[in-house]
Amino acid sequence: MTAFQIILMGLLIICAVSVSFSKNLLNAILIYMSFSLVMSMLWICLESPDLAITEAAVGAGITSVLFFVTLKKIRAIESTEPEKKEEPKDE
Amino acid sequence: MSKKRPAAEYQKTFAFHFFRWLSGVKDPYLDEVEMHPQKEFQMDPEAVLRHEKEHDAILDKVYDPQRNMEMKLFRKLYHATSIIFCLFLIALLLVTISWLPATGTIDRPANNEVAKRYIEKGLEETGAVNIVAGMILDYRAFDTLGESHVLFTATITVLILLRLNKTEKDEAEISDRRFEPKNDAILQLVATFLVPIIIIFGIYIILNGHLGPGGGFSGGAVIGAGLVLYLNAFGFKKTERFFTEKTYKWVCFFSLSFYCLAKSYSFYTGANQLHSVIPKGTPGAILSSGLILPLNIAVGLVVACTIYAFYAMFRKGGF
Repeated sequence: MTAFQIILMGLLIICAVSVSFSKNLLNAILIYMSFSLVMSMLWICLESPDLAITEAAVGAGITSVLFFVTLKKIRAIESTEPEKKEEPKDE
Repeated sequence: MSKKRPAAEYQKTFAFHFFRWLSGVKDPYLDEVEMHPQKEFQMDPEAVLRHEKEHDAILDKVYDPQRNMEMKLFRKLYHATSIIFCLFLIALLLVTISWLPATGTIDRPANNEVAKRYIEKGLEETGAVNIVAGMILDYRAFDTLGESHVLFTATITVLILLRLNKTEKDEAEISDRRFEPKNDAILQLVATFLVPIIIIFGIYIILNGHLGPGGGFSGGAVIGAGLVLYLNAFGFKKTERFFTEKTYKWVCFFSLSFYCLAKSYSFYTGANQLHSVIPKGTPGAILSSGLILPLNIAVGLVVACTIYAFYAMFRKGGF
């Protein structure tokens, strides 16, 4: 095991622990994304590029996008724009 | 031929009244029975306040940790038990791992004759340079078929859970328009450059599944991610030009049934020792390795559509 792999393993553990200790849900998702990226690098080190591609696309990309949408739906993420009033707009 | 009756005469007959009553056009009680106008039931506001007060008083008495000793004890016990349980679980998992044989040793159960056969004869028997693709789409194609169906079933379940009726759909459309940022110039410019590259890269991964790392699932996931980015940048109006619920349905149907038929053919010929007409081709060429390339394309289509459908349903509850 090279030093690079040991560093990646350490990052993996740090990410996994800090996901569960992060109070902000948005931060938790971002840390989870970085967990997936580190994991995909580890897959390449373990000589399975097939898994690395899938992990990067699904773990870092699609899962977190679905999490973002869900958080937005349940209003857990504050919108950057000022909240508009409930007046019906003319379409 | 029966005689034609005038309308006024027909309206006096029993049949006319009966059919009018049957079709529900006329309520027989309306205008004939005297009715009091009905009000919606409303609770006495004082009674509501009284109930709320009682409820709060009960809650205060039960959940006051200062006075309720049982509650206090239970909380402490709960924390202690959860910590002990976590430590026990961690210890159990670590002990189990220490019993597993070390990675890469020769007496590992994974190093059996099956793995040997895959490595030695994989190229010859499947024609795929990428042994992983040969394994999952030739030796173990039945598993992969099941996985595609699991994905398809998952989308159907999400569709059932998040399904909306017509009025809810219109409301969802309006709220979607209000809350999602539209016409973001930076996002649109970046998407114009990135989306074609992402989708071409996904197609490359799918078509090269039997030659290098990749395959149907990962390539489909990349294409799906590109579609989601396009949708975020340009909105549902643009994507609905080429991707609707109907497209999703037909693409999934044709891909899955093609997969079933193709694999049924190869299982049938293999089990009956028949000669398959599908050529293996020269290993390394793009048109080689028999059925793996078309199967990869089918799986990729299903996965790309499913991922886009997941996103659309999470965001709007439909396409």
